[in-house]
Amino acid sequence: MEDDAPVIYGLEFQARALTAQTAETDAIRFLVGTQSLKFDNQIHIIDFDDENNIINKNVLLHQAGEIWHIGASPADKAVLTTCYNKTSNSRVVSCAAVWRMPTDWETASHESPDDTAHNPQTLELLCHLDDSAHGNAACVLWEPMGDGKRVISLADNHALLWDLQESSTQATVSSTATLEGKGQLKFNAGKWSPHHNCSQLATANDTVIRGWDLRTMSQIYCIENAHGQLVRDLDFNPNRQYYMASCGDDCKVKFWDVRNVQEPVKTLEEHSHWVWSVRYNHSHDQLVLTASSDSRLILSNMVSISSEPFGHLVDDEELSEGEDNHQDDKSKEPLKDSVVSTYEEHEDSVYAAEWSSADPWLFASLSYDGRLVINRVPRALKYRILL
Amino acid sequence: MDAEADGLVEVSEDGDPSRRRRVHGMLKLYYGLNEEGKAEEEQESLDPCDINGPHFDPEHYLNKLRRECSLAELMDQETCMVKQIRSLDSDMQTLVYENYNKFISATDTIRKMKNDFKKMEDEMDCLSANMAAITEFSACISGTLQDQHAQITKLSGVHTLLRKLQFLFELPARLNKCLELQAYAQAVNSHRRARCVLRQYSHLPSFKGIQDDCHAIMDKLAQELRQKFRDGGSSAKDLAQCVELLLQLDEPAEELCDKFLSHARSRLESDLQGLEAEIRPYPSAPAVKDVPARRSTSIAGAGSPADLSPKTSALPSPTSNTDILEFIDRGCNEFVSSLCLVIASYQELFINHAQAGELASKNIPQMANGKLHAFVDDLAARYFSLVERRIQEEKGVGDNSLLVRALDRFHRRLQAVAKLLPGSPVPNKGIEIVIRAATERVKQYLAALQSFYMDSLTDVRQALATPRLSVAGASVAGGGALHGGPASGRDAPTSLPELLSSLSASILNQIKSVLASVHLFTAKDITFSNKPYFKGEFCSQGVRESLVVNFIKFVCQSSRQFCESAGDKGGSTPPVLLLLLSRLCLDYETSTISYILTLTDEQFLVQHHSPVTPVTTLCEEAREAAQKLLNHYVKVQGLIISQMLRKSVETRDWVNTIEPRNVRAVMKRVVEDTTSIDVQVGLLYEEGVRKAHSSDSSKRTFSVYSSSRQQARYAASYTPSAPMDTNLLSNIHKLFSERIDIFSSVEFNKVSVMTGIIKISLKTFLECVRLRTFGRYGLQQIQVDCHYLQMYLWRFVSDENLVHFLLDEIVCSSAHRCLDPAPMEQSVIEVICERG
Repeated sequence: MEDDAPVIYGLEFQARALTAQTAETDAIRFLVGTQSLKFDNQIHIIDFDDENNIINKNVLLHQAGEIWHIGASPADKAVLTTCYNKTSNSRVVSCAAVWRMPTDWETASHESPDDTAHNPQTLELLCHLDDSAHGNAACVLWEPMGDGKRVISLADNHALLWDLQESSTQATVSSTATLEGKGQLKFNAGKWSPHHNCSQLATANDTVIRGWDLRTMSQIYCIENAHGQLVRDLDFNPNRQYYMASCGDDCKVKFWDVRNVQEPVKTLEEHSHWVWSVRYNHSHDQLVLTASSDSRLILSNMVSISSEPFGHLVDDEELSEGEDNHQDDKSKEPLKDSVVSTYEEHEDSVYAAEWSSADPWLFASLSYDGRLVINRVPRALKYRILL
Repeated sequence: MDAEADGLVEVSEDGDPSRRRRVHGMLKLYYGLNEEGKAEEEQESLDPCDINGPHFDPEHYLNKLRRECSLAELMDQETCMVKQIRSLDSDMQTLVYENYNKFISATDTIRKMKNDFKKMEDEMDCLSANMAAITEFSACISGTLQDQHAQITKLSGVHTLLRKLQFLFELPARLNKCLELQAYAQAVNSHRRARCVLRQYSHLPSFKGIQDDCHAIMDKLAQELRQKFRDGGSSAKDLAQCVELLLQLDEPAEELCDKFLSHARSRLESDLQGLEAEIRPYPSAPAVKDVPARRSTSIAGAGSPADLSPKTSALPSPTSNTDILEFIDRGCNEFVSSLCLVIASYQELFINHAQAGELASKNIPQMANGKLHAFVDDLAARYFSLVERRIQEEKGVGDNSLLVRALDRFHRRLQAVAKLLPGSPVPNKGIEIVIRAATERVKQYLAALQSFYMDSLTDVRQALATPRLSVAGASVAGGGALHGGPASGRDAPTSLPELLSSLSASILNQIKSVLASVHLFTAKDITFSNKPYFKGEFCSQGVRESLVVNFIKFVCQSSRQFCESAGDKGGSTPPVLLLLLSRLCLDYETSTISYILTLTDEQFLVQHHSPVTPVTTLCEEAREAAQKLLNHYVKVQGLIISQMLRKSVETRDWVNTIEPRNVRAVMKRVVEDTTSIDVQVGLLYEEGVRKAHSSDSSKRTFSVYSSSRQQARYAASYTPSAPMDTNLLSNIHKLFSERIDIFSSVEFNKVSVMTGIIKISLKTFLECVRLRTFGRYGLQQIQVDCHYLQMYLWRFVSDENLVHFLLDEIVCSSAHRCLDPAPMEQSVIEVICERG
């Protein structure tokens, strides 16, 4: 049962921003935003043909500036947000905006593959998510599984909840939350919780993780010193509403139950440098992907704190059919947490990793040197989880 | 054969005469008849010429003479013959004469005898007549005296009876008198003699009266005896007599046993209460008392802890109560010895004595023995509980010899009980108490060792915290600090190795003194030391495992905890302490553990019956701890420098910075700190191996920026690139350089440690640079800074290429992040850096 070799794609520019096209559930598609100070930046639309193991790419121009963060709308395939740096008058400003891909990007690339590269189409700006009063945007979060009408942007020490109107061409701030405290506080990262009717947000600033209630825009929990160093990323367990993963500069990945913020439920120390990204698999939450500046990507199997701690539970119906009683016994014993695999295809720091929204067994990772690697969950593990 | 022969004889009996003659000859031979004897006789007697022979024939003799002799010879023969005849005649006359005289005198004698016999016959007649007369008289007298004799016999019988009766009648008075004189034994004896008679004749009113009187008196006597018994003031001998008498008075033995025991119990209980009173009054005194004691023994304890005990026991501090030795002494002298006395006298009275006497039949010994056992067990249990309470109060680990001696005495005195009462469980329980106390003591020592260890760590911490020793404070800001690095480090070093050695020495000393203290339990002169528990399990499980091994494990564990607790809370432990502990653990791994264990095994002659933790396991644990500590040290130091670098990168506006004129102060600070860390580590760890330096390491320039590679990297073309196309060149570069693990394990040497720290710092620098955007001068400043770092940092690491590679990456990345990448001239950079 040999696993497929990873598929590697190289970008011309350095890149940090990666996302799966969330609204797309059929094709395996990732969006990558580049970082270049001298040339026009691009958004690469990477299509992966699973059957033929081939990558198809399309390039859209993002002339506004170098992209630091990218987010795809969960409702509309064509809509995305970016956070980008704009240089003007010897000043670097971080902005955020909502964009729409040109409608014919796909057809264009198919019809004349040679031309697209030379004359890449440009993104259509829908609206800016900027409020000069609130500083530099660090990231923009879409409402998970929402209708694509609400986004949150994190700018310096503010969290802004935007309502998008008129087909996303207008954005108004509906509410804000501000982080108060000593010194210059700045949000590093955030995540919109898919649970509780999407009414919660988690943010990270310095070593602290905070939970916010979006209805009142007030803090609901706070994990002081969640990491020894800066917290770099967060993710919510898609199936267990109180579970959250975080990673940071102390090389650790921690799993939290937000009802008890004193101690992490679990800690992973597999990376040898800062961990920049942590992602739960959307459907099998025991699979956790972490990306680190030690140039490694690690896939871990955190069975013990997943929603299926005893593996795949056999349904009563299956039991009544009388097949595989021994399997039932086997599934009762708790499985061990383990590192499934360490991927070393990158040669520079890996800043982003994402699961595909279409294929739960597939994920992409992006390193600074512009290398995108598409990998699959090892088959042995896949079958163990499924069967 | 014989049968056949006989048959033959029978057959030929008549027909073979020669055979018959032969049988006749054999018979003759048997009877010794031979023909020769006959022939000799015949020869002798047959010579007729022998004149002296019986067959002498004169005629024949004469004829022979005439025929043979001449005349002269005949004449001579005749003369000789005449002569012989004459002498023979005279001989015969003499003989006849003599015999005649004898005959005459015999005749005279016979005549005289005839006369004497006649006289005697007359006297005999007279005598017989007299005897007849006497017989007659005697018969007459005895006839007369017969009556009187019978009367006398009767009278003497009556006399005896009367005397007995008199005794009986006098008995009450006599008993009273005895009672008055307190001659109880005599009274009991008298009464016992009269008792049967009185009982037999009790139907007679007069005897009945006596008996009643006697009973009354004896009751009184018994009462008095009981009273005396109950009072208990009397000596053991008196008491014994009392019991004996009471037993003779048919007092029920069981009751007596009970009384005896309850009496004894009251006395023993007063002893116990005395003991209990000693325990009760001090709730906290011993704890207070032992604090100063520990200090003193920790020094002197190693040498001869036994010497201390007399002093301490001789000089009890006024505030404290009796120490345990005194307590046990008192317990032994009062309780145990009186218990022994009670057992002994009880056994004498009820068991041995009863066995000898008539009481044995009543099963008294068994009953008495049972009661005694129950009694002893009960009281011993209470005594033991008191002793245990007292032992538990012995919390201070200062003077172990006192406790050991107390336990020894306790145990020794119980042997007496064991001897007196062979089947008693008391000695075993005593041993159990001793064992419990010993285990408890071992636990206390472990706790004491642990707290000592933590205390010494606190001391070390304080020593490190004082400014004189602070390594960070030792290096002064400014360029001069670089050259003064080793000099400024001189203050710190005075203490680091010293601290380490003093820490490890004091721990070792403490362990030794504890071992010496514990060793008292197995000393030869201690009675319980030869029990199998103290020979085997105590040594291996108690001392080796739960004391020494546990302590070493504790050291490792507490060290590891420093890593864990400090990790999240941001360096609550000073990094120097981590370094120190790491070295300590490493030393433990290399030598100390095996030394301590060997010492233990030698001192206690441990024979491992049960599996024990091997040295290698402990060493591994220690090494693991050392590794973890060192890794953590690297991490903490790396993070401290990282923080400086990060802050410096994050807070600056790199786009609008001015043209670099100096190396930024932060970089100097980084180099200073690195230098002082280098000195610090160098004090405790060896240099380590480094790759050969190139001759001009410090002069090395960053080729990257000027190289053509850079152009290739920036030659951004929008050509539809196949994967792995334009990045090829930059990737090829990385293909040949090894992947660098930033937070990885380090080796136990200075170079490796420094490499780790520098790796962490530079990687942080790199990542921070990548998050920023630079203007032209920003890039140039980074160039200057990196060159400066290159100039000073290469010497610390094992492979200078590593530093070079990381700095290269930094400059490269900042060039990428630069809006207007115009690099500074290498020569200018060098000038700026050399200016400092």
